[in-house]
Amino acid sequence: MLESSKDSAKLDAMKRIVGMIAKGKNASELFPAVVKNVASKNIEIKKLVYVYLMRYAEEQQDLALLSISTFQRALKDPNQLIRASALRVLSSIRVPIIVPIMMLAIKEASSDLSPYVRKNAAHAIQKLYSLDPEQKEMLIEVIEKLLKDRSTLVAGSVVMAFEEVCPDRIDLIHKNYRKLCNLLVDVEEWGQVVIIHMLTRYARTQFVSPWKTDDDVVEEYNENNFYESDGEQKEKDRNVKKTYTMDPDHRLLLRNTKPLLQSRNAAVVMAVAQLYWHLAPKSEAGIVSKSLVRLLRSNREVQYIVLQNIATMSIQRKGMFEPYLKSFYVRSTDPTMIKTLKLEILTNLANEANISTLLREFQTYVKSQDKQFAAATIQAIGRCATNITEVTDTCLNGLVCLLSNRDETVVAESVVVIKKLLQTQPAHHGEIIKHMAKLLDNITVPVARASILWLIGEYCERVPKIAPDVLRKTAKSFTNEDDLVKLQILNLGAKLYLTNSKQTKLLTQYVLNLGKYDQSYDIRDRTRFIRQLIVPNEKSGALSKYAKKIFLAQKPAPLLESPFKDRDHFQLGTLSHTLNSRATGYLELSDWPDVAPDPAVRNVEVAESAKEWTAILGKTKKEKPTEKFYSESEEEEDESASTGATESESGSESEKEDKEEGSSDESSGSSSSSEESSDSESDSKESTAKKTSGAVKESNAEESKKKAKGISKNRNTSSSSDTESSSSEGSSSDSKSVSDSRSDSDSGKSGSATSSKVTTQVFVPTKTHEMLHRMTGKGLSAHYHFSRQPDMFGDHMVPVQVTVTNTTDQKIENIHIGEKKLPLGMRIHEFNPIECLEPGGSVTVSMGIDFCDSTQTASFQLCTKDDHFNVNIQPPVGELLLPVTMSEKDFKKEQGMLTGMNETSATIAVAPQNSTSLVIIEKVVKAANLGVVPSGQDNIHRFAAKTVHSGSLMLVTVELKESSTAQLIINTEKTVIGSVLLRELKPVLSQG
Amino acid sequence: MLMRCGPGCHCPSPSPSNLIPKRVTSKESCQATDGKHRQSQKMIHSLFLINCSGDIFLEKHWKSVVSQSVCDYFFEAQEKAIDVENVPPVISTPHHYLISIYRDKIFFVSVIQTEVPPLFVIEFLHRVADTFQDYFGECSETAIKDNVVIVYELLEEMLDNGFPLATESNILKELIKPPTILRSVVNSITGSSNVGDTLPTGQLSNIPWRRAGVKYTNNEAYFDVIEEIDAIIDKSGSTVFAEIQGVIDSCIKLSGMPDLSLSFMNPRLLDDVSFHPCIRFKRWESERVLSFIPPDGNFRLISYRVSSQNLVAIPVYVKHMISFKENSSSGRFDVTIGPKQNMGKTVEGVVMTVHMPKAVLNMNLTATQGSYTFDPVTKVLTWDVGKITPQKLPNLKGIVNLQSGAPKPEENPSLNIQFKIQQLAISGLKVNRLDMYGEKYKPFKGVKYITKAGKFQVRT
Repeated sequence: MLESSKDSAKLDAMKRIVGMIAKGKNASELFPAVVKNVASKNIEIKKLVYVYLMRYAEEQQDLALLSISTFQRALKDPNQLIRASALRVLSSIRVPIIVPIMMLAIKEASSDLSPYVRKNAAHAIQKLYSLDPEQKEMLIEVIEKLLKDRSTLVAGSVVMAFEEVCPDRIDLIHKNYRKLCNLLVDVEEWGQVVIIHMLTRYARTQFVSPWKTDDDVVEEYNENNFYESDGEQKEKDRNVKKTYTMDPDHRLLLRNTKPLLQSRNAAVVMAVAQLYWHLAPKSEAGIVSKSLVRLLRSNREVQYIVLQNIATMSIQRKGMFEPYLKSFYVRSTDPTMIKTLKLEILTNLANEANISTLLREFQTYVKSQDKQFAAATIQAIGRCATNITEVTDTCLNGLVCLLSNRDETVVAESVVVIKKLLQTQPAHHGEIIKHMAKLLDNITVPVARASILWLIGEYCERVPKIAPDVLRKTAKSFTNEDDLVKLQILNLGAKLYLTNSKQTKLLTQYVLNLGKYDQSYDIRDRTRFIRQLIVPNEKSGALSKYAKKIFLAQKPAPLLESPFKDRDHFQLGTLSHTLNSRATGYLELSDWPDVAPDPAVRNVEVAESAKEWTAILGKTKKEKPTEKFYSESEEEEDESASTGATESESGSESEKEDKEEGSSDESSGSSSSSEESSDSESDSKESTAKKTSGAVKESNAEESKKKAKGISKNRNTSSSSDTESSSSEGSSSDSKSVSDSRSDSDSGKSGSATSSKVTTQVFVPTKTHEMLHRMTGKGLSAHYHFSRQPDMFGDHMVPVQVTVTNTTDQKIENIHIGEKKLPLGMRIHEFNPIECLEPGGSVTVSMGIDFCDSTQTASFQLCTKDDHFNVNIQPPVGELLLPVTMSEKDFKKEQGMLTGMNETSATIAVAPQNSTSLVIIEKVVKAANLGVVPSGQDNIHRFAAKTVHSGSLMLVTVELKESSTAQLIINTEKTVIGSVLLRELKPVLSQG
Repeated sequence: MLMRCGPGCHCPSPSPSNLIPKRVTSKESCQATDGKHRQSQKMIHSLFLINCSGDIFLEKHWKSVVSQSVCDYFFEAQEKAIDVENVPPVISTPHHYLISIYRDKIFFVSVIQTEVPPLFVIEFLHRVADTFQDYFGECSETAIKDNVVIVYELLEEMLDNGFPLATESNILKELIKPPTILRSVVNSITGSSNVGDTLPTGQLSNIPWRRAGVKYTNNEAYFDVIEEIDAIIDKSGSTVFAEIQGVIDSCIKLSGMPDLSLSFMNPRLLDDVSFHPCIRFKRWESERVLSFIPPDGNFRLISYRVSSQNLVAIPVYVKHMISFKENSSSGRFDVTIGPKQNMGKTVEGVVMTVHMPKAVLNMNLTATQGSYTFDPVTKVLTWDVGKITPQKLPNLKGIVNLQSGAPKPEENPSLNIQFKIQQLAISGLKVNRLDMYGEKYKPFKGVKYITKAGKFQVRT
């Protein structure tokens, strides 16, 4: 039929073959006939052939090669679905000869326009790796490239590939860490699971422990530290408590995973739960319990896994699940494995407060028809009794009642548990022992009989009358007993012989004789051993003197522990944890590092932490001639031909800045930074040249958007093609991040070369504000301006650059921030004190202020060595924003959600010179820190930003109408800021 | 000293790892020694579908082939577990791990080779079962056998190299069209296929759950608020534990790309909520409004738990008198069900099931309303009551015959009750309004409330 010319006949045949495969029958002899159809036009036949190929290609390698060319052709198909599926099949054919072809295909696909194809490329990486591990290095390169991908579709798959191929190359994650955190919510659910697990491991290596502030494990350890006095230790602890602040990236991860607790996918919820368990400060981990309890409503299998994990958690931190105690109550319809797990958790959660309710609940369980479960309940009662001393007696009485139960397993289990309990506090339980001795006649379960005998032997002095009698009885039945019981009879005999030899000497001898000829060698051994030890004869050595001590020594009580006690060394939610044994490929979760590795490695491009910033400030770079800076920026202007206006703007701006800062060699923040990055510029130029000469392959919109966004984050690009100016303006960056920013910015450029729509324009406002006048400041003057650099001091801070100038003829020493008078919630990240300012010199320092999204003034004191001045900083509303890049579609979507109350609008007259789009964009962006949204229409301009503190979206639309009017619309949740912004933007557009 | 912790030293019950069977089948071992496929085999390796009688009726491999003999370990565990419910979901074998689920009398057994979050696999297997259900109307052995090709195509799309690829039913339906009688007729005539040839738009967009270009002549949006009461009532009739769990199931048939927002009169009631991925979490956090672009067709919008502070109104009460006489082979059984706090609505669809103790041989009962059955094999008594009318309370009463000679059962069985109340959400949750943005037409909107018994158990 496969030879038939009709598609329908072929299809029918293929369906039958697939049916055979599904049943596990061998269909390999049809291989040649099937392979011929790989080029079929009919897509269903094609798919079925693919199915067949994947199954049998490995067995028929030579013939499989026939099909390869078809796939190679399909890889170039304009239909992305076909490209993707060709890649899938090609990579699924496990034929080693085609490894190079696969490698090539993966490389090509990894830069495909379609994210779907790129996703498949990520999948293919794993397949190729399992086929030929020697390709590892090359594959890592591809992974590195795909990790940079911003598509949510790709993220999950590439992290999966990363986990498989090179889970130890944590360095590849650094740069993508923040991006992954931010994308996480939008990634499909399976990807989320993988990413969360990976990030958990990552975070464990990169951040310091947040648990130091908590007082369990760590402090316990400290107490054992004998060489330091307690007082010191406490002091130290307190210090740790004070100094620990969570790395913002650590916080970012926790914050971004939290919404996923609401996922409908149990695996995602569990992944987040384990992330919080392993990473969050103990006080925060509690939020996961609610969601975990919710999972208990789903299928049996999910319940099983979740309960296991809760069991482990509840041992260490009871408090987490205590409020949900009742959710773990057992129903008679639950399967046994679920019941026992629930019981386990209930036992873990038991404390003084809830024990009475729990015991009542347990009483119901004991009567359960499920005997296995009833037995487990008795053990649980035993554990509660040992853990909570208040109820020990109650439990014991309850258990004794159970001894009269009809069911043997229940009785046996009770005996065993009672034995353990009595051992923990043998004080005055003669009565119970007597009662149990009576029971001996009826109980047949060996474990229980043995337990009773042992008890009587151990406490034979307390029941002097009964013990010999018991021995007599058991001696009679000795031959019929289980081995376990026999051993205990021997023990009992020995103990009695030692304490009460008058009555029992003969009996013991008798028992020992029986034991001597027993079938089991264990018992013969034991008999011999005991005889030597206790029966005095001439040969017996020194040991027999101590026989009593040996046999009747105080025995430590057994600890009744949860079987889940030792599971916590496995990462929660993993297969290893479920099995309680290392599964293949389990990756150990590392301990927290004592000192966090440099957080700067995660900085993408120029984003910088404050510390390094000041460090660079410290190292004044006098050698660098300023001319070079100018020449650089001129070159730059030449290069970027298209946008003269904005370009010169930024150039002149930096000049101005320089002038303000004076010509002195004092390292001013911006100049040092621009020097730094001008290095990077020349490099980036080179690569740009290369790039433009070469084929600009990956210039799809997606890509360029991503790059543009990356840049806009780091601030000011004046327009699409002068990305360099961004890096020249950029805050200083260590060499690593510069090199990265370079590669990113040039691909950004290549993107914009083809699609100039996607641009982001951000400005550094040139306007400086006076903070302290020279007269009031007794010769010290200070100006500030908003530098618009995000990520400087954490997410909520608005960065401010303060230029301090000394106009006196003496040195001014120790300039720092003194007393702060801030409205509620506002915070200031101070600049590092300036030790000394030479006469006539000036220094620029940067500080961060969290304005809490309000335009209230931040007042503080600017202090010198011997004076202090009250100063204020009031932010223009435009500076409370961070630009956001989004597509027009997203913009409209978001806008659609922010209507009604959240919308403010106004109609304004626009000055004629302001009607071109370039000018409008420039003006608006200058007035407020907004990101430009690419617009399809010429007369509508859209800008997007989010507020610095709360991250609420701020969407600005300028729609030009006829007769030089314009509609200005602002959509935001923060209506107050929205209306203020509207008020501020109005004059910007109406004035010339 | 040798008896440190005495004879009764009770080892903790054997952990699953101890269950590893000793024997290794020859085929299995050569699989694993195959050098080419060393450690790196992540996620789901193979899937076997096994019916209740232990036949493997479908197998699918995403990587190299794993022999069927691996399932022997599963059968072994199944034997040990006695009850299907008690088969451990995770089984460890010398070279593989088996993770299984039991759905609709079929075991879905997946073969794993390395560390993977078990829930990941379990959740995926359930998703597979859901998809079958969705495609064939039922997830049964016959349905799967009849549609083996579609099943294969589906599995191929859902999993690539063991990693989930497309699991949204909307996307799958675009890739592989579900079978209908009409389509199979058309296909056989025109020769067209069940397989889509373009990439579903959903796969690429940020909203993978919705396909583009949906068109309806009647635009409708229905929401069913279904609440279930989980409760344990003790002997004396007092509530040991009660909780309300709810879901909102939606059926949305709207054209284009509608953007809906659903608000509640009393959103504070919702304590713990899990969302369909389409819901915008931020909006919920800030305004307690469900804002979403819905998938097309039927789906579960949210599931929620009502905060536990609120007292749960229990709509029925049960009066029971079950006793077994000492030393005689009979017992008495008398159960009455009555309505309570039902807010003026009738309680209907009442069914009581009781797992009687093993010693029970037969039951001789009379019901004043409805009918009862007793299965002497499984010892399950089912009483289908129907509607409860307060005037005449339904009662079931009679004699229980016990095995002669057997000891009297110690515990009375617990009664599982099911019921339904239409037009009532027991928590008092009310939908306030539904708004639609993004499309011009006016949709028809409807909300329905139902309260049901969830795991409702009365201990006697």
